[in-house]
Amino acid sequence: MNIQQPSARQIAGVKIALFLLCLIPLARLLLNAWQEELGANPIEFITRALGTWTLRFLLITLLVTPLRHITGLHWLLRLRRMLGLYAFFYGFLHLLTYLWLDQFFDWAAIAKDIVKRPFITVGFAAIVLMTPLALTSTKAMMKRLGGRRWTRLHRSIYAIAILGVIHYWWLVKKDITQPLLYAVLLGILLGYRALRLAREKQRQLATAPPVARS
Amino acid sequence: MLIKRPADITPTEITSPELFHRRREFIKLAGAGSIAGAAGVLGLANTASAAPHFADLRKSPYNTDEKPTSLKDISTYNNYYEFGTDKSSPAQTAQSLKTRPWTVSIEGLVKTPRQLAIDDILKLAPLEERIYRMRCVEGWSMVIPWVGFPLATLLKQVEPLGSAKYVEFTTLNDARMMPGVRSSVLNWPYREGLRLDEAMHPLTIMAVGLYGEELPNQNGAPLRLVVPWKYGFKGIKSIVKIRFVAYEPETAWMRAAPSEYGFYSNVNPQVDHPRWSQASERRIGDFFKRKTLMFNGYTDQVGQLYSGMDMKKYF
Repeated sequence: MNIQQPSARQIAGVKIALFLLCLIPLARLLLNAWQEELGANPIEFITRALGTWTLRFLLITLLVTPLRHITGLHWLLRLRRMLGLYAFFYGFLHLLTYLWLDQFFDWAAIAKDIVKRPFITVGFAAIVLMTPLALTSTKAMMKRLGGRRWTRLHRSIYAIAILGVIHYWWLVKKDITQPLLYAVLLGILLGYRALRLAREKQRQLATAPPVARS
Repeated sequence: MLIKRPADITPTEITSPELFHRRREFIKLAGAGSIAGAAGVLGLANTASAAPHFADLRKSPYNTDEKPTSLKDISTYNNYYEFGTDKSSPAQTAQSLKTRPWTVSIEGLVKTPRQLAIDDILKLAPLEERIYRMRCVEGWSMVIPWVGFPLATLLKQVEPLGSAKYVEFTTLNDARMMPGVRSSVLNWPYREGLRLDEAMHPLTIMAVGLYGEELPNQNGAPLRLVVPWKYGFKGIKSIVKIRFVAYEPETAWMRAAPSEYGFYSNVNPQVDHPRWSQASERRIGDFFKRKTLMFNGYTDQVGQLYSGMDMKKYF
């Protein structure tokens, strides 16, 4: 396999493998449930596992661009949509667990939670913001929106990931080690982009024709 | 349910859940004719029952008749930050705690301060079975068949002075036996406190056992506080010091987050945690949530302790 430029067939193979790989967290959860190994508080366990994987997939999705720049493997971009959709998939299951298993569709309690509990407010906002991204992830939608508008819309993943980390941070009772870890990783991923943007601007300035002094 | 069975069966006569769950292991090995293996399992079974059984436990009129949570859940889902902040870690790491020898110092505003060895404490009063509801501040609850005795019995040993208004409790703080205290997640040692009348209340107990046997380390061996009308974190574990003081002591959680955890921490469905609701709870083992009860359902016994007090202010 030519790692720099794999054939269409090879990319299809990589996609299938990645698709199955991304299902492992869910499969493991189902297996645990089947074997009754979800601990004393299964609903909490499921909610936490799905939430953590949502955050992980958001970070993995955000990793694609830096990885592409650093390795020069531009075809990696073609895996990004699937990773983003998996982030939405796990996020949706996470929300469903809360609505169904945790609250059992007690809409009054849910509405109160969303309004009154900041950590639920931001978590809910993150899922809501992910929905248009999932809906506009197809080629047809990309065409309809136009590249520039599509890119601008999909930049909201930065805000979504930040909301996700805040959601985690605020729900933890005291030990913030884990949310801090996610915050640092997200900081690196976003920092990389900011740095690159700043450097690009500088380069543009440097190569611009000299401005006449008055 | 457990309490409804005939009184002539004491909890100690019942096969412990662990032993019970190992029956298949035993049968399998025995069936395979593996004598050595079977002996091994017998050996395990022996260590499982090595913890002293508490015989002739008195029944308490305060017992709830709700179905007790399984020993497995009670002993594998623990908040005991000295052994890690993950609820599954204490069950794995608390084995490093040595509970003998163990001395509890009772001091402060008392006539006769004393240092009591745990084995002497166990002989102070007849042990009782106390089946209590336990409501965690995180929104889950259990029903726990404790073995213990009223805290008042222990406190009377030292003759508190009139100036003593509060009691402060302290957990062991030993980095060699408690890996979690190397992290600064809380300000160690763990400290808790009660008003003197709360401490002397007959519902307040020192627990030394669970399901008729000695407390598992992760549940606070060898001696822990149980105050069933307060959130679980008030039930300080592995106590080494009890001090009578004149002023309200600062507890570990008040110090960590004063806006979230107050001194009283009475179970109260009307006063939410700043970040989540306290109106309902999930009983471990149940699918549906249930409404949380005022004072965790112990209003008849303890409501008068707080008459006229603004529970929102003194949360």
